[in-house]
Amino acid sequence: MPFIPHSETDIREMLDAIGVEQIDDLFDEIPEELRCGELSAIPEAMNEMAVDRMVRQRAAQDGDQLNFIGAGAYEHYIPAAVWQIATRGEFYSAYTPYQAEASQGTLQVIYEYQSMMTGLTGMEVSNASLYDGASALAEAILMAVRANRKSKTNRILLPATVHPAYRATAHAIVHAQGIELVEVAYDEATGTTSTEALKAFEGEDYAALVIPQPNFFGMMEDVDGLTRWAEAQGMMTIAVVNPLTLTLLRPPGEWGDNGVDIVCGDGQPLGAPLSGGGPYYGLLCTRMKLARQMPGRIVGRTTDADGRPGFVLTLQAREQHIRRSKATSNICTNQGLVVTASTIHMAMMGPQGLSQVATHSWKNTHALAQRLEQAGFSPRFKGDFFHEIAIDLGRPAQQVIEAMADHGVLAGYALGKDYPELENILLICATETKTEEDLDQYISALKASL
Amino acid sequence: MSDIPSNLRYTQSHEWVRDNGDGTVTIGITDHAQELLGDLVFVETPEIGASVSAGEACAVVESVKAASDIYAPVDGEIIEANADLADAPETVNTDAYEGGWIFQVKLADEDQLEALLDSEAYEAVVAEEA
Repeated sequence: MPFIPHSETDIREMLDAIGVEQIDDLFDEIPEELRCGELSAIPEAMNEMAVDRMVRQRAAQDGDQLNFIGAGAYEHYIPAAVWQIATRGEFYSAYTPYQAEASQGTLQVIYEYQSMMTGLTGMEVSNASLYDGASALAEAILMAVRANRKSKTNRILLPATVHPAYRATAHAIVHAQGIELVEVAYDEATGTTSTEALKAFEGEDYAALVIPQPNFFGMMEDVDGLTRWAEAQGMMTIAVVNPLTLTLLRPPGEWGDNGVDIVCGDGQPLGAPLSGGGPYYGLLCTRMKLARQMPGRIVGRTTDADGRPGFVLTLQAREQHIRRSKATSNICTNQGLVVTASTIHMAMMGPQGLSQVATHSWKNTHALAQRLEQAGFSPRFKGDFFHEIAIDLGRPAQQVIEAMADHGVLAGYALGKDYPELENILLICATETKTEEDLDQYISALKASL
Repeated sequence: MSDIPSNLRYTQSHEWVRDNGDGTVTIGITDHAQELLGDLVFVETPEIGASVSAGEACAVVESVKAASDIYAPVDGEIIEANADLADAPETVNTDAYEGGWIFQVKLADEDQLEALLDSEAYEAVVAEEA
């Protein structure tokens, strides 16, 4: 669908038709003192050649370093065909098209995406995606507060092992609605959600417990125990997952005795490049009985008047453009382009390819942990981990990161930024993109940096 | 012209109220309301045991084109909800005043019934909207 802007003549005719001299006059009703005036911080326009030069210079600042940072955004190989297909004109749009049913191909891709997500998570229904993992958690929390009729409070149990940026985003989105996020401390020894800490909340009224897997420290939580505990307390359960790991781990739909109620997470590891922090996309899945509490769009398959199969946007009646202030959520779109690429990525890799990526990432991180241990650096926490490990450096991690950057290695994520008590702890991730030589280079860069 | 039985009470927001004579009332949406909404695809009934006040949104009817709140016409406690609507929401379209009932309330104050519209007054409301 081409985008054709108005010509000068079109604009003149429209202004004449409503009797307005110039476009600026349309803003006359906004009082002078409320207008921001000149945007002095915005530089003068540059020509294409100058922009090209500036962007190349800035891109070069990234250098060509070996990346061992995870912490919510993971470097995985994306086959060249993925974005080649995703950027075809038929797909290349950020949003669900406004006349959605005229774009059957786009709807079919989203439908396939939903099917893949329900398969990975073991849930019954997926929406067409949200903006990112952090806002997906916020939407999951809003859903749980709406849906848990047993709970009379607007309180949510949110473990400290959930990604700090997710917790901050969720707080920003839900606090003004009177929803309280109560932190659950992690266990000092295991770096997982402490059952000891949970005891303090027994018999209390909370709408839901959030369960990350793997958690922000890369550690494996006792998801069955946590799911059962929450269910016994009358709380709903919200899983925060890395979808790639679900190719190996048991899906949240099977945690505990009955599975969780809502699953959210960031889809970035499935085909979105790191690209300076986004755009990524958020996934959100749930049970059929909660489908009407779910925000965003859902594509359904149906048959037309002649009995031919087709795809439609469904459950729209709860959305903002119809329900206004009473809409389920202020979200009424999806992350169309990134989801398109991700769906193509998943289709190309297949279940086997994706689980190989996950396995290889697991192996690489475990191999690196072993090398680190031989070099005298121990994991901070005891227990199983997936493809991230928190290592105790015995000195402030931030300084080591800066020193290792001079050796061409992005060493990891310094946990002290979010957990002051973990100032000496470095969170490291080695995905399938790393070779044996890369792991050796990590160790030698580390030794040279101390 | 839509069907407006004379033995029921009504609200401005198109709910009907049947006095069961035992301190409870049965509530649904009028024939006129179901016509405006079109084919219903889902009815979200209130939770049994919840207390409601008159004017409070306590249920939702969803058609293919809109989702609309149902307001409690009176103060009281929800004592029953029509579970059949979960599988057959279209009953509200086909049988608004009998099989399409939505919930029942135990009245907190029986005098509140008198304040509701009678069929003639409701007919005037519908006529005004037309």
